[in-house]
Amino acid sequence: MKLGFYPGCSLEGASREYNESVQAVAEKLGIELVSIPDWNCCGATAAHNLDKELSLSLPARNLALAEEAGLTELVVPCAACYSRFTVTQHELLHDNAMHKKVNEIIGKEYKGTLRILNVIQFIEEYIIDKLEDNMKFEINKKVACYYGCLLVRPNKILNFDRTEDPQTMDVVMKKLGADSIDWAFKTECCGAGFSVSFTEAVGRLSGKIIEDASHRGAEALVVACPMCHSNLDMRRPAMDKYNGKKIDTPVIYITQAIGLALGIDRKKLGLNRHFVPVKLDNFKPYVKKEVVVENTQIMEEI
Amino acid sequence: MARIGVFICHCGENISATVDCPKVSEVAAKFPGVAYSVDYKYMCSDPGQSLVVNAIKEHKLTGIVVSACSPRMHEPTFRRACAEAGLNPYLCEMANIREHCSWVHEKGDRTDQKAIDVVRMMVEKVKRNNALMSIKVPVTKTALVIGGGVAGIQAALDIANAGHKVVMVEREPSIGGHMSQLSETFPTLDCSQCILTPRMVEVAQNPNITLYTYAEVESVEGFVGNFNVKIRKKAKSIDETLCNGCGMCTTKCPQKKIPNEFELGMGNRPAIYVPFPQAVPNVPVIDRLNCTYYKNGKCKICEKFCQPKAIRFDQEDEIIEVAVGAISICTGFDVKKTDFFPEYGYGKHKDIIDGLQFERMASASGPTLGAIRRPSDGAEPKKIVFVACAGSRDPAKGIEYCSKICCMYTAKHAILYKHKVHDGTAYIFYMDIRAAGKNYDEFTRRAIEEDNAQYIRGRVSSIYERDGKLIVIGTDTLMNHETVEIEADMVVLATAGVANQGAEELAQKLHVSYDQHRFFSEAHPKLKPVETNTAGIYLAGACQSPKDIPESVAAASGVAGKISCLFSSSELTREPLIAFVDRIAAPDYSSCTGCFLCQPVCPYNAIEKEDIKDRAGNLIKSLAYINPGLCQGCGTCVAICKSKSIDIDGYTNQQMYSEVDALLNS
Repeated sequence: MKLGFYPGCSLEGASREYNESVQAVAEKLGIELVSIPDWNCCGATAAHNLDKELSLSLPARNLALAEEAGLTELVVPCAACYSRFTVTQHELLHDNAMHKKVNEIIGKEYKGTLRILNVIQFIEEYIIDKLEDNMKFEINKKVACYYGCLLVRPNKILNFDRTEDPQTMDVVMKKLGADSIDWAFKTECCGAGFSVSFTEAVGRLSGKIIEDASHRGAEALVVACPMCHSNLDMRRPAMDKYNGKKIDTPVIYITQAIGLALGIDRKKLGLNRHFVPVKLDNFKPYVKKEVVVENTQIMEEI
Repeated sequence: MARIGVFICHCGENISATVDCPKVSEVAAKFPGVAYSVDYKYMCSDPGQSLVVNAIKEHKLTGIVVSACSPRMHEPTFRRACAEAGLNPYLCEMANIREHCSWVHEKGDRTDQKAIDVVRMMVEKVKRNNALMSIKVPVTKTALVIGGGVAGIQAALDIANAGHKVVMVEREPSIGGHMSQLSETFPTLDCSQCILTPRMVEVAQNPNITLYTYAEVESVEGFVGNFNVKIRKKAKSIDETLCNGCGMCTTKCPQKKIPNEFELGMGNRPAIYVPFPQAVPNVPVIDRLNCTYYKNGKCKICEKFCQPKAIRFDQEDEIIEVAVGAISICTGFDVKKTDFFPEYGYGKHKDIIDGLQFERMASASGPTLGAIRRPSDGAEPKKIVFVACAGSRDPAKGIEYCSKICCMYTAKHAILYKHKVHDGTAYIFYMDIRAAGKNYDEFTRRAIEEDNAQYIRGRVSSIYERDGKLIVIGTDTLMNHETVEIEADMVVLATAGVANQGAEELAQKLHVSYDQHRFFSEAHPKLKPVETNTAGIYLAGACQSPKDIPESVAAASGVAGKISCLFSSSELTREPLIAFVDRIAAPDYSSCTGCFLCQPVCPYNAIEKEDIKDRAGNLIKSLAYINPGLCQGCGTCVAICKSKSIDIDGYTNQQMYSEVDALLNS
């Protein structure tokens, strides 16, 4: 099976463990991820604040290249890239004049035929059904799924999960045997791009998130966004300062959690790269059984 | 030979600023058959009408065209003037050169030409008009009141006290509506039940009122003065004539754990139940979905204990037909439930309740006997947060309108809370305090000043639970938009008032219009606030839009006044603009072939079969016959008639073609 893949800058740099875990899981389950040839920046954080045409043209070029390469589905693990791609697709398909203009700018014809998948959708469609046959361990831990802002917003365009109190990651984690807790900070802001310019704000915002999760007994936070991860992991000293105590709850990518359940080597999943050490171990060996997914009803409602 | 008069109105400057009225009058004077033409500043004024009356008499006019505003505005005015001058009112036509011309076009020759054309068309039509006589129909002096809340009760009592019969239909097992669920009422804090229950008893005892509870309107046919209504009386599984209301059955019923609708799920009831102790009528019903006997075929304990032997397990729904002359819709409203709000937890937190649930809690007859208690653990909440505008005034996620009653009842809740929990603090998040009404603003001031309610102007972005407390995150827009975080024990959402369940279906049964929020629409927002667009059907209370008790009662009395007016004479006059089947001399009798294609298309069931028989009684021919009492003049039968045997008085094919001809030949 062959799927298009857009890594974006994070997955090649600060969040390479995300990339490593996505690739490792895909490889284990026989899914081939094909990177878009000659891909460029998605325009996240800066472009859409400065220039609308630029902010649409950057993702549009990537999408057009993917179409040219004959891809029909594109996996975009980074939540920011995913947001830019889906918003671009939506805007161009609803604005003929802009669509024409962007085509001229990128010198290619963007058709809008691609299906863009975030990592959760990728898991739901290509991974979740294969888990039962491939799982070696149950992630028998209490985890807090953290969605952040970009994965589920804007709801009108994405039409994915519910904006407040989303559930899709929880469903995946429950399938892995985890006890995913009901908590209050699933979509609260992590501080995002203030990581560098105003670290103290990240300390406060991410601090509240990590404090609530650990207060409720979560042994790990599970994320699907490199920005969220780097804030929650890398800025832990600022958070500890804000909280007035040290919290060592690790933050892992959902693909790393899947990798652990599949028995993939921790190093291959990049678990050694985190600032907050990931000590999770002693997983229960998985015995195939009928797994009752409690949240199916909520999923249907979405 | 026709002698038509043309009267061109300036409508102040409404018409004359755009259309050259003297010129239109001059041209119209030269139309064939026009004997008199004049223009005047205000034709509808007293001197204007005199001008019309005098001209009809003086010039012996056989028909007139008033070229002015829409017929919806002043056709009745000029028809009256005609009648006064001795001319049949249906020989008067309006040529609309205001809405259809001056208001929608620029000044200029083409606009003048259009006005001239419109006048010419109507002159040609009126030449072919026939004198028509208005139709008299009898009035059934019985009113149907749908809904037995405070509005329905008020309307029914007022109509009954005016000496007319009333049939009241209530969906629930008892009348009383939402008002019977309320604790105290603003702005006086008098007990809701204490003022309502005597009125409920009055309804039951009034000899002019027939009360059907646990019943719904099945279908409505007919028209003003003569409606035929079918009512489905759902099976209560009780013989009401035998039941003495002793309550033995409800205490003995082994099923005790059914969520009580009247207590909004905060209490339980048995399968055989009266909704609340003061219910009218005090007759229980069996909830067949939850009754052990209906589920398993075994039990019948209630029957064993029923002394008067009133239990009827085999009772069936009953259809009752009543003839009424007028209908009042008083079906009330509902409130959004807490699960509507994602940011407040989709209803998963037990200690977040809606305003109506708080009413039950604060009510002396409620599930906690009036004590304020957290539903989760029964503890007394020391910090309570009220969120006003939960869902209201929220075009993005909720509804755009203001639910109107919430500001006042939230102030009341804060006061009641403080009266019951002296050491507690009530916080109220609000957008604006809308307290317009007699003694209303004083009441909210009382909440703030005497009962120390903490009003915070801002919205609540989220509520979550932590260690048994509800963390309420909001903003204070009067304190530099600072984030406010309150660790509350309980939260009350003043959820939006919405149209009641089933409003849409009822509107369709009654052929009345409703708005995008499924509230019933009034005929005119200012001048006809209690009428619908369907003659003889009226609205009272919160089925029209969220209303408080005084407003609902005032509207209900308004309806009663309207219905009493309608019932003040024994006959109604209707416009004779109805369809008829042509009749010609024997041996054909009519061009109607008796195919009866017209019968199924008639929305009013007005088309009957008429048999033409010879003197010996042998059938010669069957024709369509249109009942003038039922026909509403919609014209559907005219369109479908293959032999062109049907026409509408006032809008005959010939009249319509002459208008079109006049336009095409201009």
